[in-house]
Amino acid sequence: MGASSLIVLIIAAIAFSGIAILVSKLVLKPTTNKQKGEPYECGIPTQGKTWTQLNVGYYLFALIFLIFDVELVFLFPWAVVAKGMGWIALVEIVIFFFILFMGFLYAHKKGALKWM
Amino acid sequence: MWSFSNIANSIHEWLSNNFNPTWTIIIEMVIAGVAVISLFALLGLVLVIMERKVSAWMQIRLGPNRVGPKGMFQSLADTLKLLVKEGLTPGGADKFLFNLAPFIAMIVAMLLMAPIAFAKDFQLWDLNIGVLFVSAVSSIMVISILMAGWASNNKYSLMGAMRSGAQIVSYELSAGLSILAVVVMTGSLQVSEIIESQRNGWWIFKGHLPMLIAFVTFIIAVTAETNRAPFDLAEAESELTAGFHTEYSGMKFALFFLAEYVNVFIVCAIGATLFLGGWMPFHIGKWEGFNHVMDYIPSSIWFFGKTFFLIFLIMWFRWTFPRLRIDQLLNLEWKYLLPISMINLLIVTAMAILGWHF
Repeated sequence: MGASSLIVLIIAAIAFSGIAILVSKLVLKPTTNKQKGEPYECGIPTQGKTWTQLNVGYYLFALIFLIFDVELVFLFPWAVVAKGMGWIALVEIVIFFFILFMGFLYAHKKGALKWM
Repeated sequence: MWSFSNIANSIHEWLSNNFNPTWTIIIEMVIAGVAVISLFALLGLVLVIMERKVSAWMQIRLGPNRVGPKGMFQSLADTLKLLVKEGLTPGGADKFLFNLAPFIAMIVAMLLMAPIAFAKDFQLWDLNIGVLFVSAVSSIMVISILMAGWASNNKYSLMGAMRSGAQIVSYELSAGLSILAVVVMTGSLQVSEIIESQRNGWWIFKGHLPMLIAFVTFIIAVTAETNRAPFDLAEAESELTAGFHTEYSGMKFALFFLAEYVNVFIVCAIGATLFLGGWMPFHIGKWEGFNHVMDYIPSSIWFFGKTFFLIFLIMWFRWTFPRLRIDQLLNLEWKYLLPISMINLLIVTAMAILGWHF
């Protein structure tokens, strides 16, 4: 079908979810209750704010991920031509991985990969 | 012979004989949209009942057996129940993001259907960067999860979403690297060419041990990416009630649930396409007679058989391994899977250059 299939799929997804939510809204009568709007935390009244500071570990992993994800994007065009290029492709990627691995080792030495 | 591509071609011919080109395209688009939506709904129903039946079988109990023959209509009844439940939006929530998140999850799951070859010559869009498209679009999924967790104004949701974010982005790397192993062997990102390269044997057999390692890494990584046990930290029921969709109810919850199961199907379909040959029948080198017998089985049955085998494998994991802790989970990826798949990629490259595959 070609590129138009993406438009079809996006419209189909929105239509499907939209109709499903709309039908469920039409079927039932909403009731109001003061406690309905409270966050569900196992029935215990919620303490303090929700949107607060989180463990720094999550962000550190996200940062290291960013480096490796960019690396992965570079690898895709390389992978397509690697077989045709022969040994030079392997040598190049070994150098690339070596530089990357140094960065990885640095992050590891600094303790970025340790969960605190 | 009866096949999906014949049906599609005859519909196309009939339409172009009876309508002008513009209407033909529009009608074809509508048919494709309706077909994909029905496939989506059907997959959701089938996978939910399959999950429950497999769990029951693993634990030596009956599982759902009241609605319909052997409980086969249980998931349909569940859907109807969810339809008449109220979709609550909690008071302190960010209403816009809260309602947007299930839509994004659905759009991502739907978009991933585009490059999958369901049968021979039966594919929505055989784009030349099919594999890259899959890995690019599937990483948008994490945005909908983070959005849902953040907007809910619930500590469990936020914690589940953060865990899930760290987990999905980490495991994406080794999934990508093991996909690249196949790409290096084939020299193409196009799904149809990858399947065509497995005519004389699937990559998991042709590629010797390195390909097997790539397959195992891929399966572990996609299990983590789809948030399934033993990596179900994002919605660890016993710790976080329901993780990122704690506050979702009614149809919005059902949409998340559906998107999750369809994602499992899609990653298994990609795994089957890359490593097990997609719709390609099982061929052994020069055994002409055997190959002919295998060709008589329709390609769609091959594809769905392989995909459902992988889905069964992932369901099996759930009842075999206990849940990991977040630090163990990240250690497994960064200290073991990532270095292994990087070195494995180098070995596969050397094999591809030397031609050490048959």
